[in-house]
Amino acid sequence: MTVDLEQPVLEVRGLAKSFGDRRVLSDIALSLWPGEVLAIVGESGSGKTTLLRAIDGQLAPDDGEILFHSRNQGVVDLATLSESQRRRVIGNDLGYVHQNPRDGLRLDLSAGANIGEPLLQAGMRHYGRIRQVAADWLGKVEIDAARIDEPPIRFSGGMQQRLQIARNLVTEPRLVLMDEPTGGLDVSVQARLLDLLRRLVADLDLAVVIVTHDLGVARLLADRLMVMQAGRIIETGLTDQVLDDPHQPYTQLLVSSVLQL
Amino acid sequence: MNASMAKADTTAGGYNFAYLDEQSKRMIRRAILKAVAIPGYQVPFAGREMPLPYGWGTGGIQVTASVIGRDDILKVIDQGADDTTNAVSIRKFFAKTAGVRTTTRTTEASLIQTRHRIPETPLKAGQIIVFQVPIPEPLRWLEPRETMTRRMHALADYGPMYLKLYEDIARFGRITTAYDFPTVVNGRYLMSPSPIPRLDNPKLNRSPALQLFGAGREKRIYAIPPHTSVKSLDFEDHPFETEGWSHLCARCGAADSFLDELVIDDRGTRRYVCSDTDYCDSRVAAGSGR
Amino acid sequence: MTASTPQSGLPALETRDLAKSFTLHARDHLSFAVLANIDLAVHAGECVVLDGPSGAGKSTLLRTLYGNYRADRGAIFVRQDGEAVDLVRATPRQILALRRRTLGYISQFLRVIPRVPTIDIVAEPLLALGIDRAAARAKAAELLERLALPHRFWDLPPATFSGGEQQRVNIARGLIAGHPILLVDEPTASLDATNRATVVELLQEARKAGKAIIAICHEEATRAALATRLFPVPLKAQAA
Repeated sequence: MTVDLEQPVLEVRGLAKSFGDRRVLSDIALSLWPGEVLAIVGESGSGKTTLLRAIDGQLAPDDGEILFHSRNQGVVDLATLSESQRRRVIGNDLGYVHQNPRDGLRLDLSAGANIGEPLLQAGMRHYGRIRQVAADWLGKVEIDAARIDEPPIRFSGGMQQRLQIARNLVTEPRLVLMDEPTGGLDVSVQARLLDLLRRLVADLDLAVVIVTHDLGVARLLADRLMVMQAGRIIETGLTDQVLDDPHQPYTQLLVSSVLQL
Repeated sequence: MNASMAKADTTAGGYNFAYLDEQSKRMIRRAILKAVAIPGYQVPFAGREMPLPYGWGTGGIQVTASVIGRDDILKVIDQGADDTTNAVSIRKFFAKTAGVRTTTRTTEASLIQTRHRIPETPLKAGQIIVFQVPIPEPLRWLEPRETMTRRMHALADYGPMYLKLYEDIARFGRITTAYDFPTVVNGRYLMSPSPIPRLDNPKLNRSPALQLFGAGREKRIYAIPPHTSVKSLDFEDHPFETEGWSHLCARCGAADSFLDELVIDDRGTRRYVCSDTDYCDSRVAAGSGR
Repeated sequence: MTASTPQSGLPALETRDLAKSFTLHARDHLSFAVLANIDLAVHAGECVVLDGPSGAGKSTLLRTLYGNYRADRGAIFVRQDGEAVDLVRATPRQILALRRRTLGYISQFLRVIPRVPTIDIVAEPLLALGIDRAAARAKAAELLERLALPHRFWDLPPATFSGGEQQRVNIARGLIAGHPILLVDEPTASLDATNRATVVELLQEARKAGKAIIAICHEEATRAALATRLFPVPLKAQAA
């Protein structure tokens, strides 16, 4: 995949969203380049998941632009695209990993079919090749390839999450959005998943926006960090900058609240 | 109301010609025109109450009632046979309400209504075949919501349909769908051809006849205009195949028609006979029977 | 791709009127300055040792030079590809690029991802420069060999290593990419005499090869062997 390393993949400008009277996003701006991982941290209700969903097109912003640098169609404002335009422009270039893997998988179809679906959607029509790619990806996410024909409803939570990640990454998207990908998993399972994500991000040169309330996850995975509170970005910078030298009162509170045993 | 309403043919029992009132026919004809203009696209229509319940061919009957004319010659088959209860009932229905000539010979018919089979005898230009459809939506197995399947059709989001085929191959080594095999019409819309056997799918492709599909309970009409491409789904390395038999028809000796398996005595003796009764009869009459 | 080399004559790193203070909002917004009016210029081939009492801000200065702490005032010019980039005003992206190719940091304690094998930890800075995994691991092996870390440790994560072993891993990782500017915080603190000598050797070699080194070092012998000059960091009075 050849990408122009100087151009960002995503630029958000002046994004705003309200639900009735309640302002959930105010004046959000961010940029993301290929190969970068940006973590958005904040407490519940800070608007971080709302922001992610707005970028993914799950809800329409009231104001602002979401500029996506597509592979073949130049720069497009995702906030203004129709559904069919979105599909044409983005294709399989935007992934979304749900916090609960069951929201991002077809539980009653086999693991192989789950990974194969984006390939089918991209127009691949060779059964053998689809199966081979699916088997390779099961290996990459450390799921026993012998389970390729099993439905994920029989998998553990950690395995389901790894399957969801494989399903999202199989078409090597330019941008991947992740909503608390390790939330709800046991600590050791989390650790394994984080290692996997680290490796995949590095190997595939992905641009990732990851929403998390866990500063440890941010420190492990992210180059840059954005702190949100009440729908606003209150601090942003390199991950180590924000965590080691927090400036804003809320950021300092957040950082000091992490248990260091 | 126009005067022609008063002059409309009234047949036995005082019904309008072919049972439906003229306004209903107009509405259905408009739906049919739209369906023909967009091959394979499911057009919603305001299905009328018919004198038989859903599941018995009300959609097919409404389409037939809307296109039938006084000079038409009607054939009705059910699983290929002219002489099953349903085929007989529907044929009688139109004989009574439209006074049209009826026939069992495919070659003689100008209008054929069918449940779950296409006649073996190739259709000709000028013929119309009307299919009875239970579930018009080929994606329903995957997505129960109508709103979602409509979107999938609008966006040509058909990748998931291939998932069914993928799962078949993964589980059984081949695509096992035996009937109602999904097709793509005119390179655009995914269509359910109704529960016809796989063997019949190739007959849909570039047929010189007009093919109309009516679903009464679901209230959808779709169409394949003459000479339109209809391609059954497959994979590059698992191409579409039709089934074959190791038997010949026990009556006429045909090797290429769809065979019914009949149990003929209480010891379980089986005979394989053409499902298309007209085809079998013609072959026997032409002297190729056993 | 190799790390960039500074032009001779011009300083590899230069600060102007650098100042840094901290504000603790939880302590009633208590603010205190740690660094003020720092003017430091370091050239290729120099090893400047920061000299001052505990709490004077030596670590703070080093971290600020790395961009880990954000300066309040002043500038930090870092030479890369013949140009001087002001770290204080640089975008996060630019700082990441500087750290990848030009600016290296060896912390006092190893702080790494728990489950990654030692050899991969050491190889990582080369992977970030685009060097393939096999070549990067080979280079890592060379350095670990030089630092006398036993082979059987190379595939283990360093979490269970002793302080000295961890520090050697830390140093290997800091040196492997050949950054032209190295910020080093107590490189020999937890090492025995033999290992200390090896580390001193490595740093001397680096300096002679034209690297610019800024170090914090309490240990007398090491300081004597490494420093080309001292830079005083005085203790600041706490602001009210």
